[in-house]
This record gives sequence, structure tokens and C-alpha cells, in this order.
Amino acid sequence: MLSSIRTLWYTFLHLFHHSETVQYPEQMPYLAPRYRGRIVLSRDPDGEERCVSCYLCAVACPVDCISLQKTEEDGRWYPEWFRINFSRCIFCGFCEEACPTYAIQLTPDFEMSEYERENLIYEKEDLLISGTGKYPDYSFYRVSGLAIPGKGKGEAERERPPIDTRALLP
Amino acid sequence: MNLILFGLLNIVGILLMLVIGAALLTWIERRLLGFWQDRRGPNRVGPFGSLQVVADMIKILFKQDWIPPFADPVVFVLAPAVVMVAALLAFAVVPVTPSIGIAGNLNIGILFFLAMTSLSVYSVVLAGWASNNKYSLLGGMRAAAQMVSYEVFMGLALIGVVMLTGSFSLADIVRAQQELWFVVPQFLGFIVFMIAGIAETHRLPFDLPEGENELGAGFHTEYSSMKFGMFFVGEYIGIILVSAMIVILFFGGWQGPLLPPILWFAIKTGAFVGFFILLRAALPRPRYDQLMAYGWKLMLPLSLLNIAVTGAVMLTH
Ligand code: SF4
Ligand code: SF4
Repeated sequence: MLSSIRTLWYTFLHLFHHSETVQYPEQMPYLAPRYRGRIVLSRDPDGEERCVSCYLCAVACPVDCISLQKTEEDGRWYPEWFRINFSRCIFCGFCEEACPTYAIQLTPDFEMSEYERENLIYEKEDLLISGTGKYPDYSFYRVSGLAIPGKGKGEAERERPPIDTRALLP
Repeated sequence: MNLILFGLLNIVGILLMLVIGAALLTWIERRLLGFWQDRRGPNRVGPFGSLQVVADMIKILFKQDWIPPFADPVVFVLAPAVVMVAALLAFAVVPVTPSIGIAGNLNIGILFFLAMTSLSVYSVVLAGWASNNKYSLLGGMRAAAQMVSYEVFMGLALIGVVMLTGSFSLADIVRAQQELWFVVPQFLGFIVFMIAGIAETHRLPFDLPEGENELGAGFHTEYSSMKFGMFFVGEYIGIILVSAMIVILFFGGWQGPLLPPILWFAIKTGAFVGFFILLRAALPRPRYDQLMAYGWKLMLPLSLLNIAVTGAVMLTH
């Protein structure tokens, strides 16, 4: 009985407490830099698309909301189209974790409401940004051993020329 | 002629005040609950969110009014009307001020009030029964048991006041409190009456008939649209009614210095309505057997004790 009265009193005192509510549209909440919101596809420092169509994000996605199609051009792989269905996405960030090239990144933005469900399916044009996102210096093709036009075998960063296994020299 | 006109004005005025007050309470309750939980509550529609009531009304009126095919349609429609009618009728005997009030001088005012609050049990039981749904029925049964047992000592708690006044008329009771509010000599009666009143309106913490986490929504699970709205408004009118009765019986009704009587009545009643909401914000719901044991093993003896002591004191004087 006494504890009930004490509870009543303490609850009443909350009338004079500060409200915790963030008045959202007028007052923006602070979003951490690593907040997991709208997904973007970033470009490498040279301005080329980072995504190499490895399908790892699509595999990692627990709700299967990523779909893409690989295409090839001059030895480089690109997504022909890349589609994320944001009405399904749960913003878990697994795709970002899975991506070997830092192409797919989640950004601190959640204001993407639509009146029609179809509008939540973002195509590659909607996803692709012109910048590098969170990793300004990384470029997959500069560090990978793959030969592309303008960069032969063994010319990537921190890479030695390939060893000719048939030569007799030591 | 003038008398009839005045009477009609009285009736219409009180009816309007009640319905509007009950509607506003839905907003006030949510805002207060918000403050007590360090939130803001509805504050978007209109100044401070006060037009939220209008928005809710529009919404609830345009909802589909659905009668389940398995329900008993006549009783199903009748039940929500009963609760509102009973609560409104009980207000007929409430003397707001000496001049405002429909039948404040009725010489069986208290009995009329008790009868009307008992009638509202029917609404809940019938709603639970007519819905033909297990949860609704369970809610209805709980409500019946709870209200019947709390009714008993609700009546008993008032006996002390009636003994002190020597009248069943509510206006007389208010006038008898000129010198001293009855809350002082009848403190036990006040506590018991208030607890019974909370149980009677099945408000938290005694809202077992509609315990959301056990019974869906209890007796009104199957109700939609304005039929649900009537239960809702009926509940709020019940809160106003019980608060007004507490004020009249124990806190001197309209009496008070300086301010006009109607303002005193409104302030006192408002304070108790606020207390009802505070109860909801603060206290958890007891188990059902605890509720029953509490009623019969604690409250009933207390109210009997109150009568015995009051009687003894009156005899010795
Ligand atoms: S954040 Fe999660 S759900 Fe959304 S696309 Fe990436 S993996 Fe799928
Ligand atoms: S994991 Fe990265 S590189 Fe692979 S397909 Fe997805 S976005 Fe493209």
C-alpha cells in the first residue's frame, strides 16, 4: 500500500520532468556517421563504379531484396542493372559487410517514404553516387591482381611482377 | 413556464458538458499520460493538440460499423447504448451547484446513483455475451463478478455519510458539509468509496474486464466504429461521474471560498479525474484472485468497521 502511494507520487513528479521526445520533423535527431540508412553504390577515386557484380551482397541479404545482373566491359565487371527493393530491406547492413569492394554502403538517411510501393524499388541510377562514400582512397582494381586495360599482371599496388614458373633462373 | 425553460436548459447544458467533457478527456488523458511518461502526447492537431478529439471523432465515425455474423445483433447493438444511458442518467441526481443540476434534491439521490451504476454492469455482460467470443465472454464475466462484489461495499461506504447527514439527498449532503468536509470524519469511507469507484468504472488498475494483455480487449473485442466509441465515452463519463460523486459526498461539493460554486465543483472534480489518470500511469494491474480477495477480505470488513464506528460515535454524542 505504501509503495503504491510512493509510486503514485514519483509518477506525479514526472509532470515536471523534461520530455525526452525529439520533435522530429522540426527538430532533426542526431544520426551517427555509421547509422544504417538509405543504401548507396559508391565509385572509386577514379570515378569508376566500384561494384564488380560479385553477387555477394545479394547472397548475404537475409530478405533477398538485392538483385543485379553482371556484364563485362574491357575485362572489368559491372552490374548491368542493380536493384534494391527498399520496401523489403531491413537495413541490417549485411550487404555492406559482404561487399569485397566497399561499393555498397549504408548512409545516415532514413527519409525515403513513398506513397506507392513501386517507388521504393531503387534502380542503379538512383543508387549510384558520384563520390567514394566512407572509404575515400580504396580502389579495388588498383590492389587486385586482375589484369585490366591499362594495368597488366603484377602492376597493382604492393604487387610484384609474376614469376615465370617455366624459367630456369633462380 | 420559466421554470420549465430553466429545467430544459439545465438538462441540455449538463448533457452537452458531459459529452464534450468526456470527449476532451480522451485527449487530456493521453497528454497527461505522456507527461507522466516523459513524452509529449498528442500535440500536433490544433493548439496543443486539442483538436485531436475532432480528428479521432471523424476517424471513429467513418470506420466500418461491423456486426460479427456470429453475434446476437439486437443485444450486440443494445449493449453500448446501455452503458452510456446509465452513466448519463446517474448524472441526473448530481447537484453541480444549488441551482444547476437536474434533480439534485431528489430524496433518494444516492440510491438512484447506486442503481444506475449497477445497471452499467448489464451493458458489459451483455456485450461480452452477445459478441459470442471467448475473450469477450471472459471479460464480461470478470466485469460482472468485479462490479457485483465492489458494488456491495460501494454502497456500504456511503452509509456513514448518510448517517451523518440523515438524508439520501445529495444536495442535503453537500449542505451538511458547510463546516467540515466529510473526508475528515469519514476518511475510511472515502478510501473505500474511491477504490470501489475505480473498480466500478473498470479503470486501471482494476481494468481486468478489458485486460489487453490477457483478453484482447475484453468485452469490447468485437466492437468497432461508434459502438466502440460509446463504450469509450461511457467509460469517461463514468470517470467524471465517480469523481463528481467523490467531490459531493466527501469534499463539500460546490462549497468553497471566493470562487463561484460552479468553478469550485469543476476544480475539485477535475482534480479527481486527474488522479484517476495518474492511477493509470502509475499502478500495475493485480491478478484476478487478488482483486477478489482484496474486495471481500479487506474492503468489505473496512466498510463495515466504518459503519460501526460512525454509529458508535453518533450514539455517544
Ligand atoms: S541492409 Fe540488409 S536487408 Fe538491406 S539490402 Fe543490405 S543485406 Fe539486404
Ligand atoms: S557485394 Fe559489392 S561488389 Fe559485389 S555485387 Fe554487391 S555491391 Fe557489387
